[in-house]
Amino acid sequence: MSEPAYLDHAATTPALPEVVEAVVAQLRRVGNASSLHTSGRAARRVVEESREDIAEALGCRPSEVVFTSGGTESDNMAIKGSYWARRQADPSRTRLVVSGLEHHAVLDPVLHLVKHDGAEVTWVEPDGDGVVRPEAVRSAIEQDPGSVALVSVMWANNEVGTVQPVAAIAEVVREYGVPFHTDAVQALGQVRLPLGEVGADLVTLTGHKVGGPLGVGVLVAGRDQRPVPLTHGGGQERQIRSGTLDVPGIAGLAVAVRHAVDHQAEHAARLARLRDRLITSALAADPTMAVSGWWQPGDVTHRLAGNAHLRVPGCDGDSLLYLLDAAGVQCSTGSACQAGVPQPSHVLLAMGLSEDEARGSLRLTLGHSSTEADVDSFLAALPPAVERARRARHATGRAG
Amino acid sequence: MRVVAAMSGGVDSAVAAARMLDAGHDVVGVHLALSQSADTLRESARGCCTIEDAGDARRVADRLGIPFYVWDMAERFREDVVEDFVAEYRAGRTPNPCLRCNEKIKFAALLDKALALGFDAVATGHYAQVVEVPDEDAPSRVRRELHRAVDAGKDQSYVLGVLDADQLARSFFPLGDTVKEDIRAEAAGRGFAVAKKPDSHDICFISDGNTRAWLAERLGAEPGPVVDTSGQVLGEHGGAHGYTVGQRRGLGLRTPAEDGRPRYVLQTDTRTNTVVVGPEELLGVDRISGEHARWCGPAPAGIVEVGAQVRAHGEEYPAQAWADGDRVEVRLHRRVRGVAPGQSVVLYEGTRVVGSATIAATGRG
Repeated sequence: MSEPAYLDHAATTPALPEVVEAVVAQLRRVGNASSLHTSGRAARRVVEESREDIAEALGCRPSEVVFTSGGTESDNMAIKGSYWARRQADPSRTRLVVSGLEHHAVLDPVLHLVKHDGAEVTWVEPDGDGVVRPEAVRSAIEQDPGSVALVSVMWANNEVGTVQPVAAIAEVVREYGVPFHTDAVQALGQVRLPLGEVGADLVTLTGHKVGGPLGVGVLVAGRDQRPVPLTHGGGQERQIRSGTLDVPGIAGLAVAVRHAVDHQAEHAARLARLRDRLITSALAADPTMAVSGWWQPGDVTHRLAGNAHLRVPGCDGDSLLYLLDAAGVQCSTGSACQAGVPQPSHVLLAMGLSEDEARGSLRLTLGHSSTEADVDSFLAALPPAVERARRARHATGRAG
Repeated sequence: MRVVAAMSGGVDSAVAAARMLDAGHDVVGVHLALSQSADTLRESARGCCTIEDAGDARRVADRLGIPFYVWDMAERFREDVVEDFVAEYRAGRTPNPCLRCNEKIKFAALLDKALALGFDAVATGHYAQVVEVPDEDAPSRVRRELHRAVDAGKDQSYVLGVLDADQLARSFFPLGDTVKEDIRAEAAGRGFAVAKKPDSHDICFISDGNTRAWLAERLGAEPGPVVDTSGQVLGEHGGAHGYTVGQRRGLGLRTPAEDGRPRYVLQTDTRTNTVVVGPEELLGVDRISGEHARWCGPAPAGIVEVGAQVRAHGEEYPAQAWADGDRVEVRLHRRVRGVAPGQSVVLYEGTRVVGSATIAATGRG
């Protein structure tokens, strides 16, 4: 078999060669960025230069860049840390206004606070296109503006790739003087992220989705944001996030973020061409299939350029995944989960699809190493896989 | 052949997968996710209470260098095995969920899905043997027979007695020729971390092993009378479905029997919530009527001499049996105690499994 076609870049994407170099260069050096001697100062300099690079690339202040272990930690800090801080300052601020599209890294902290910490949640459901409308956010806040602790709506969805109108949502939220968090993990590198223009108070980012190292990310936290820390210790990172700074990871992250922002426009244009050919050809081969989430050929601002999400009626996602994997095409059924057991996606259900429709979904995501040949491999493997998967569904006697 | 190795995460299925690979087959490991948290999605249900077992299976597959997937059959398992288990107890019978799982899940839902996806067969870590013999009707072809494992203590042919010839033709049991001790040694030799993992004995979906409490939660535990064969009330029980024919302990009878001998559960009637007890000799039966007959090969013609086993890891009793459509009548050569409706009677000819039926009624004479 030829090289497998890797079509799961939204899960993780290969590290860029210059990132590997930057990480390895730092791994070869000694120095704790909190140490006061020469080696410590050298390490600190790498951290601060990385911070400045990232801030410049994103259009925020260096002091707003808080290094974390990645998207999940940043989301937890933003949700739990802000909730605790807001409630301390004003006990009536116990309501979270959160979109129904969020990743588990946001959903689960929210549910934890509801279950164990007296929080309430108002879900803002997306429309059938997979988009959360600013007016829907407004009416959720309006239910009782004085009780809102935080609003969280992701920048771009990890499953169906829809880009949310975050600038407009942030404007609505600002009218009420409530902090606004957005998880921009999937958006980075594919859409413009002008943080200086978009009034988000807390922004989650991670390195490994844009060719950076795994295990390092950022929470961009406005200077007036003081989330209660999740971990306590040496008081690093504005006392918000204690722990020895991961100098190699941070150096690599800065290279990756810089690269993602500098090449965003051309990267998105190239990926969108691959995406559009993938979707158009797949739909032409099997007209029963459909795209989940708003999509228009050529568009790179309302749907992530690298995201194709197909519903395949009469199939189970896990059968399709196995058959495509066996044929050398690696993709996802939607969102991965711990035991490897596919559940109907909460995102598709929130968009109004039935459990049965949600079951037969494939997420194909492109990245910097994707080629026309990857798309060809997928298009060749798809029809026999669909036929087999339909037979398997029939054989196991499920409805549909 | 392209084979799905069903991998539970235990030592037996690990060695079974390895042996299929050694035999030159193209093997893919599949762990069945059979239990599902009742939580809703918004409660962030993640599916599975066997994450550790799935992880163990995955590590064995890594070590063997075979692909590995988790297939979700929780819905089918709940409907066909768990709900059936509860319904059987509700009806006053004592079901064997492992047989049901083999019939409905492992060698039906899993096998059918595997075949549809392009596989040729399923291999499991059951202790049983498949023997190929020339087909009498077409001597150029072979027929597959199901036989007891060489390790009599581990033999699981009883729970496979529900497989028909078609299912058998697509099944591999690579452990049947080896004793358990050697399988453990082999697992250790192959470097499997699960080599020392304890055997599972309990019902897999009752995690704490307390079947009576689990059933009480679902069926209630309404107290009712314990009576003797004349109908005289001797005491009170905590729910008739918690008792099994042949049971002696836990009856909580205050007045001893007139003859001072121990009393046993003879019958449970969940309709009237009554438990009937009596002396040991009334427990013995020699007639068994079975329903839902399944034949591992051709159905027996006329009256045949067989060995009959009436519970997992139980003794085999000499008997005569005859089939009548979906039903089987079994006449044991001597009376046997503790034959519970709902269990299966599995018939043997030597070491060969002839077939099975669910025990519907028992009698004497």
